[in-house]
Amino acid sequence: MNIVLIFLITIFSVSLFFYGKSKTKTISIKDNIKLNALPKFYGYYLVLWCSIPALVFLLVWSLFEPVIIKSIIIETAANQGAILSDKNEANLIYEKIKAIHLGTYFGDIDSILRESAIAYAKFINLFTNSKVVLIFGIIIASVIYSLKKIKNNNKARDDVEVILKGLLFVSSLIAILTTLGIIFSLLFESIKFFSVINIFDYLFGTNWSPQRAFVRDASSITAAEFEELKDAFGFIPLIAGTSFIAFIAMLVAVPIGLFSGIYMAEYASIKVRRISKPIIEILAGIPTVVYGFFAALTVGPFFRQVGENLGLTVSSESALAAGLIMGIMIIPYVSSLSDDVINSVPQSLRDGSYAVGATKSETIKQVVIPAALPGIIGSVLLAISRAIGETMIVVMAAGLAANLTINPLESTTTITTQIVMILVGDQEFDSPKTQSAFALGLTLFIATLILNYIAQRAVKKYREKYD
Amino acid sequence: MTKEERLKKRHRAEKRFRFYGLTSIFVALLFVVILVQNIFSKGSSAFKKTVITTEIFFDQELLEIQNGASQEEIMGADFYDIMIENLIKAYPAKDRDEEDELLKLFSGDAEIEIKKAFLNDNSLIGKTITLDLTASDDIDQLHKGNYPRDLPEERRRISDFQLVIYDYFVENKMISKNFNNYFFNNGDSRDPELAGIGGALVGSFYSILICLLLAFPVAVLASIYLEEFAPKNKITDFIEININNLAAVPSIVYGLLALQILLATIQLPRSTPLVAGITLALMTLPRIIIPCRASLKAVPPSIREGALAVGASKFQSVFHHVVPLALPGTLSGTIIGLAQALGETAPLILIGMVAFVVDIPSSPVDPSSSLPVQVYLWSESAERGFVEKTSATIMMLLSFLIVMNFIAVYLRQKFEKRWN
Repeated sequence: MNIVLIFLITIFSVSLFFYGKSKTKTISIKDNIKLNALPKFYGYYLVLWCSIPALVFLLVWSLFEPVIIKSIIIETAANQGAILSDKNEANLIYEKIKAIHLGTYFGDIDSILRESAIAYAKFINLFTNSKVVLIFGIIIASVIYSLKKIKNNNKARDDVEVILKGLLFVSSLIAILTTLGIIFSLLFESIKFFSVINIFDYLFGTNWSPQRAFVRDASSITAAEFEELKDAFGFIPLIAGTSFIAFIAMLVAVPIGLFSGIYMAEYASIKVRRISKPIIEILAGIPTVVYGFFAALTVGPFFRQVGENLGLTVSSESALAAGLIMGIMIIPYVSSLSDDVINSVPQSLRDGSYAVGATKSETIKQVVIPAALPGIIGSVLLAISRAIGETMIVVMAAGLAANLTINPLESTTTITTQIVMILVGDQEFDSPKTQSAFALGLTLFIATLILNYIAQRAVKKYREKYD
Repeated sequence: MTKEERLKKRHRAEKRFRFYGLTSIFVALLFVVILVQNIFSKGSSAFKKTVITTEIFFDQELLEIQNGASQEEIMGADFYDIMIENLIKAYPAKDRDEEDELLKLFSGDAEIEIKKAFLNDNSLIGKTITLDLTASDDIDQLHKGNYPRDLPEERRRISDFQLVIYDYFVENKMISKNFNNYFFNNGDSRDPELAGIGGALVGSFYSILICLLLAFPVAVLASIYLEEFAPKNKITDFIEININNLAAVPSIVYGLLALQILLATIQLPRSTPLVAGITLALMTLPRIIIPCRASLKAVPPSIREGALAVGASKFQSVFHHVVPLALPGTLSGTIIGLAQALGETAPLILIGMVAFVVDIPSSPVDPSSSLPVQVYLWSESAERGFVEKTSATIMMLLSFLIVMNFIAVYLRQKFEKRWN
């Protein structure tokens, strides 16, 4: 139905374009009026008026129609005497009614279901009909309005541009909408989670074992279950594991990345730079699932083998393997950003240092790096935020159990790993376990947001200093 | 310490420092080489499959159809007995147990392969043909040399007797390697020898297509607004900060967004390229806007002023002059953004693309997998055959990424104007 409507709207618009164009042309020739814009702009003007209001209406309608019909149907079913003790049951009945309507339901159909299905068909019909009528009404109204405007020889180009500018503005608002969407979806479930689990139990608990939260529905938790749940969602082991793996990653990425950045900016000839810089940046372009595969199947077992030979017990999902590979992934982030910031240190500072007899490395160590420090710190912070938000490497190479450990040879888990583990496969909505994934997501979002904000501020401040 | 000694020491320090720099670059490059080499050495064998050349006699009594039977009759006919009767002749087995072990050396699709051969030529009743039947995963890995045969029998998936049959096959030149068409045409399967990336390829294609259709126009329009029309005010600043932050939000958060908004609230179908495409579009949007704005910014103001001077409106100057000049940079930024989206895994896992899907999706609203998710799924499987399949999938994924990046670089170098 919607596709037919969109098709009709398109046809109307196209024909209106040609109509508007030729109409204004003939008017201007016949009555010898000087038009305020080129004839095609009158065409565009009609197209915009014909399509935008109708399409916007169609979009909004399609978004809300299912929700409204659902609530009406559930209410009628309840009025018929259906027992709907909770949301799940209501959803189930609704799905059944829908299936009956589509002819794909093969269970027993009782009188309540039958009546509701008839009501459902009625409402669907009513909604579709009113949708079509309303859309045509809107098209007719807006076309009449715009035709009248054209007759009065309006400044069609200016009007078209105002509308298009509005469209451009709306496109740029998508970014804000996305942010709002993220915040809303994370907060919505997190608030439900924190209404069951005390936020302090979450933030300072030292035990993470969400599989204990077998309760299906958060609203009907008994006291005993609550006691059980209370210390199942402790955030400390996760943040410890995440920071630990990120720390190992930074131990790899910062020295290698920084030294490569310095070498590229200060020593490398243009030729070396032109070849090696893109190759290092390949590391940033490789999908993280590839690193995860490499870490899980090659590096992890390799470390275990080496550990066995040395008489150490190394977990094949050791924090070391995950951290090392993550570090390698992050090298290009550190190296190209620090390359950039070092390049933008003014040459006069170096020249001054050479003038008093310093060698190149002394100049770098004592003049260039201190001058570039805020920028370098910014790039390291950005790299850390990458590391804690990184998912696939740790999902595939780090452990699943939340151990509080600082032994890099043991396995640890991370925030992102837990989010994936909780949400992969079938989820029970409204269970604290599922909601905890959103609480973790919220924590992760806030943490990366703060890190990025500080980092971007640092880099920006630094840039302004030498501009 | 004398002056000379001190100078020498400082020069040594200089050399050392330089050496550190070179070493780090070298380490980074070395890692690229190791990774690529590792994947290639594991994955290249997946493009070939092991086949056992077998003689198949189409016995009319077993098949119960005539020469020249119609398509439907053949589809309905039972080829199971034909398969069993012919396969056990591949090796002179002594009893039932030995025959069972022999049959296990062929893939689970042997019956279908025989049926397909008959479908191609329905006059085969009473005739004997030689057919290359796909070998089972264990034989496949053994023949490719990925499977050690010197392990004790109880730790091997292949029995000693099966090894004897294998050696017999090799001796009689009945076993060979063919191009692995299953790898490209089939969907996922529990049997490594039958598993392919056909479904994942189509799923990835649909996802990226939807991502392109949604993200590209919005990103271009948004960057034109921000770069050319936006007044300098609080709202504009806020949008800018937002875009920069969104570009740095971990991808898994977009997965949570999609789960809550697209699946739970709007109730779009789970595990589909449609949802994947929308999710990836939201994620890619800021990553495209940033290079788009940079290329718009690089167009010098004189172009705009020239257009305005001859009477163009602001809109005309932007859309007729600035945007076409910025297009190469915009396109190459978009392609790089899409390449990132193609390799993205975490959000797709959350929207249920990890479901086991055998069928190749025929539309964007069918459940499907995608290339990176297929890598994740297969890497979790225990069978040895999946290791080479995973690596080969990675090779495919990486070659797509390389091609996309080359196109991006080419567009930039060939068409972008340098303004100096």
